[in-house]
Amino acid sequence: MANNTAQIIQEKSHPMEDLLRMDRMPHIWCSGCGLGSAVTTFVEGLKKAGVSYDKTAIVSGIGCTGRVAGYLRLDSYHTTHGRAIPFATGLKLANRDLTVFVFSGDGDLFAIGGNHLIHAARRNVDINVICVNNFIYGMTGGQNAPTTPLGAYSSTAPYGNYEMPFNLVGLAAASGASYVARWTTAHARRLTNSIATAANKKGFCFIEIVSPCATVFARKNMGGTGLDLLKEFQTRAIIDHDADPTQIPLSMDNEIVCGEFVNEDRPTFWENVQGGIKNRLEKFSNWEEMQSNSRKITHKKDRKYTSSIDV
Amino acid sequence: MFQKSRLHGEFFMQGDIACAEGALAAGCRFFGGYPITPASEIAERMAMRLPLLRGVFIQYEDEIASMAGILGASWAGMKSMTATSGPGISLMNENIGLGMMMEAPCVVVNVQRGSPSTGLPTTWGQSDMMQARWGSHGDYGSISLVPNSPQEFFDLTITAFNFSEKYRLPVFLMADALVGHMTEKVVIPKVEELEIINRKYTNKTPKDYLAYDYDESLIPDFAKAGDGYRYHTTGLTHDRRGYPDMTVECQEELVPRLVNKIKNNINDISLTEEYDIEGADVIVISYGITSRTILPAITMAKKKGIKVGYLRLKTVWPFPDEKIRKLSEKVAGFVVPEMNLGQISLEVERCAHNNSLVKLVPHPGGGIHKFEDVLHAIEEVVHGK
Repeated sequence: MANNTAQIIQEKSHPMEDLLRMDRMPHIWCSGCGLGSAVTTFVEGLKKAGVSYDKTAIVSGIGCTGRVAGYLRLDSYHTTHGRAIPFATGLKLANRDLTVFVFSGDGDLFAIGGNHLIHAARRNVDINVICVNNFIYGMTGGQNAPTTPLGAYSSTAPYGNYEMPFNLVGLAAASGASYVARWTTAHARRLTNSIATAANKKGFCFIEIVSPCATVFARKNMGGTGLDLLKEFQTRAIIDHDADPTQIPLSMDNEIVCGEFVNEDRPTFWENVQGGIKNRLEKFSNWEEMQSNSRKITHKKDRKYTSSIDV
Repeated sequence: MFQKSRLHGEFFMQGDIACAEGALAAGCRFFGGYPITPASEIAERMAMRLPLLRGVFIQYEDEIASMAGILGASWAGMKSMTATSGPGISLMNENIGLGMMMEAPCVVVNVQRGSPSTGLPTTWGQSDMMQARWGSHGDYGSISLVPNSPQEFFDLTITAFNFSEKYRLPVFLMADALVGHMTEKVVIPKVEELEIINRKYTNKTPKDYLAYDYDESLIPDFAKAGDGYRYHTTGLTHDRRGYPDMTVECQEELVPRLVNKIKNNINDISLTEEYDIEGADVIVISYGITSRTILPAITMAKKKGIKVGYLRLKTVWPFPDEKIRKLSEKVAGFVVPEMNLGQISLEVERCAHNNSLVKLVPHPGGGIHKFEDVLHAIEEVVHGK
C-alpha cells in the first residue's frame, strides 16, 4: 500500500500535471501574485466544464498575464501586445470546434488592445476572454494602466494618477458581451464556476479577475504582501449578481462588487453569417444572379422628370 | 445550386478580382481585412465568394487585427490572406514580424499607392519595396512577388500561397493600384491543372512532436490547433519546443535559421523574365507595372542600334544577388526605372559593386515614366556617363 502510494506520487507529482507544462516550472511570477490562483481556477474550471483539452486553445498577449499561455499544456499562443483577441477570433472562426480562451492582463486588453475587445464583444464572436486586472503594468515595472485608480501612485504617475480608469465589466457589457462576470482571486470557487460556465457558453464571454500585485502596485500604494491584499479583497468585496455592471467602477477603497452581471443568449457572429447566407441562397440560383440582382436599380415607369426651367 | 463557385475559363477581369480568384484557386479559405483604396475590391470579392466555398470572411476593426486574425486562422490550418495598401501595411508590420517568428504561412497583399502617409490613395506607386523587406523590426528572411498584369496577379497569388506554405512565412504580394484596377483578359485554368503546394504536417505523435524541430530544410513540420499536439508558440525567442529561451545560444540558432531558410532556396523562389540579355551592353531592370510602361524606351533604344537587354523581377525579395553580380561583369551598366526615388536600384548598385554603372530613373508615383527619360538613361550608360 505504501509502495503503491509512493508510485502514484511519483507518476503524478502534481494534481494539475495534465494541464500544466511542468517542464517550464518554476514560473516567473513574483511571490504573492494573484496569477497562481487565476491559473489554478482556470484549470479547475476547464476540468469542471468537461471540455476536451485537445480541442481547447489559449491565446495570450504580452505582460505578466501574457505568460499564462506558456504554462498551460494546451494549444497555446503567445502573441503580440494587445492582439490576442483578433488572433483568437481568426483561430476560432477557422476551426469552430475549438474552445478558445484569451487570457491576458488589463493593460494588454484595455489599453493597447481596447479596440479589439469592444469589437469582438460587438460581433459576439464565440471566444472567452479572461482579464486579470492588477491595476498596473507589472512586467515593465509598475507604470500607469487604464485601470489604475484615480490618485493611485505608479512609476509614471509619481504625483498620483490623474486619469479616470476604465470600468472593465461596464465596458464589456455595454459593448454587447453575452456573459460578463467579475471576481477577485479570493473567490476561487465562484471564479472556477464562472470559467466553467464561459467554456460551455456560446458567444463572447468576459471575466474580470481582480488580482493582487504586491510587488509593484501595493508597494507604491497601500503596501502589504499578497496575503494582506487578499484579506483586503475579502473585506471590500460584496456579491451582487443584479448590479448594473456600468455602475460599479473600482477605486482604491470602495466596495468591489462581484458577480455574474450578464448571462444572455445572443446569436453569435458565425450564426449570423450562416443565417445571412441561407437567406440569400434561397432567393438566387447562383452567385452571378445574386450579384446582378443586388446591383439592379429599379425606376418607376410613370415618374415624371421636370426641369426647373420649364416650371 | 451555385455550380459556378469554382471558376475556370477566359474572363475580362480586374486585377484585384483576379487576385481574389487566385487566392480561392490556391485554396485560401480565410480572409481578414479592412477597407482601403485601392485594395478594397479584393475584400469585396472575397466577401461574395468565400461563404459559398465554406470559407470565412471577416472585416476586422483595423489592419492590426486583420493581420493577427489571419495568423490565428493559419494556425487552425486554413490558408489565409489579407489585402491592403501602404498605410495598412504600416499597421500590420508588428504582426507580420510575429508571423515570421511563429512561422505561420499566410499571404499579405499590398496594392501599392503613391506614398508616404495617405499619399495618393487612388493612384499608384512602388515605394513600399524596402518596407516589404525591412518593415517589421529584426532580421528575418522574406519573400515578395510583384505582378505586372491582372493575369500575373492571379498567377502570382497562387505562387505566393505555394511559397508561404512551403517555407512557412507570411509572403508579400506587391501589386500597385495600376495593376489592381486594370481590367484585362485573365485565363483561369481548371483547379486540377494548377500546381498547389500545401504545408507539411508532422507525422509524429503528440508525444514526440516538437513544434520547432527541423531537418536540413530548416523548415519545421506543422501541427494545427485542435489535433491534440498541444504545442506552444511565441513571438519570444524560442527553442525547438517553442518555449521561450532568452539565451544567446538560442538566438544564434533561431534567427539565422529564419534568414537562411529563404536564402538557401533562392533558386526556387527567385522568378525572373529576361530578353536579349546575352551580349547586351546595357540591361534595364524593372518590376511590376513599370516593366510595361518603359517598353517603348527599349524599342527605341534598339532602333538606335543599342544592344539593350531586359530583366524583369517577378520575385524582388529575396533579391537575386548572384545573378546581378554575374551580369555586372559583362555589361556597361544597368538602368533601373522604378516608381520611387531609389529603392531596388540600391540593391542593384550593391550587387554591381563598381563593376558597372547603375542608373536610377526615378518617379515619385501617380503617373508613369516618360520613356524619353529611360531612353536618355540607356544612352548615358552606353556612353559610360
